Amino acid sequence: MDNSILVAVVSIATAGLTIGIGCMCPALGEGKSVATALTSLAQQPDASATITRTLFVGLAMIESLAIYCFVVSMILIFANPFWTHTIAQSGGK
Amino acid sequence: MNLTSDQQIFWHHGFVTLNGTIVTTWAMMLVMAIGAKLITRRLATEGPISRWQGSLEIIITGIQQQIGDVGLGEPKKYLSFLGTLFLFVASCSLCIVIPGYKPPTGSLSTTAALALCVFIAVPLFGIREQGLGGYLKTYTKPTLIMLPFNIISELSRTLALAVRLFGNMMSGVMIVGILLTITPFIFPIVMTALGLLTGMVQAYIFSILAAVYIAAATQVRKH
Repeated sequence: MDNSILVAVVSIATAGLTIGIGCMCPALGEGKSVATALTSLAQQPDASATITRTLFVGLAMIESLAIYCFVVSMILIFANPFWTHTIAQSGGK
Repeated sequence: MNLTSDQQIFWHHGFVTLNGTIVTTWAMMLVMAIGAKLITRRLATEGPISRWQGSLEIIITGIQQQIGDVGLGEPKKYLSFLGTLFLFVASCSLCIVIPGYKPPTGSLSTTAALALCVFIAVPLFGIREQGLGGYLKTYTKPTLIMLPFNIISELSRTLALAVRLFGNMMSGVMIVGILLTITPFIFPIVMTALGLLTGMVQAYIFSILAAVYIAAATQVRKH
């Protein structure tokens, strides 16, 4: 197999895996936190302002993990340093 | 595909490059500054107030309320910094309704600059409240062993602030771009509407997180 094809295949497969696994796990965490927040909202509607704010901050924290995975997969697809390196090498020959 | 507005180049001379990010950022700053100047030119404390003054007051008191809720004692001290952050990020993402506009917050350089502002502002506010020694002591809480972890968390949360805002804004632009090639009629509009909501939430989260960090740095131990 050609070297550049190998790089392309590995990059694309890794990008898919990254976004797949990286969305799955934060989604589980977010679901859990929203469910708990809803339970406590139903029990204490008076504390809704505090609960909602803490929930949003926590969700942002969890979601940033998914965003990291997204950024990494976008880099792998659109701005892959190894791919540009391979292209530059094959172009130089 | 253009990932960010960094790749839109308007003018290039030597090592100075005028890209889309800089142009939209400065346009946004001009619009906000001139708008604020125009609105606050005729302020009234009694009698009927203008609609613009009313809406501006709603925004300011809302931000003040939120800062107070986070646990910062005197919201007025932090209003200028946190309010500016919120208004800038919010108006940047609000303008995606304009065709051909790419949010400057969808570029990693803008969000890194905003995160660096927070990174510098947190120690400044902390030192102003507790003095240099008092602020440095917060790094050794609860024990001295936590010192390296506190420093690492300081750096990693700055990175997280930058990448979170960048990822959210960039993904919004990206999804609309991809959908335009697949289903060009209705879905891009729906995703743009969703992008408006995400932008507001991200602006809120960015400023609330900055407020939380400042609150953690300025907390004076009450004996």
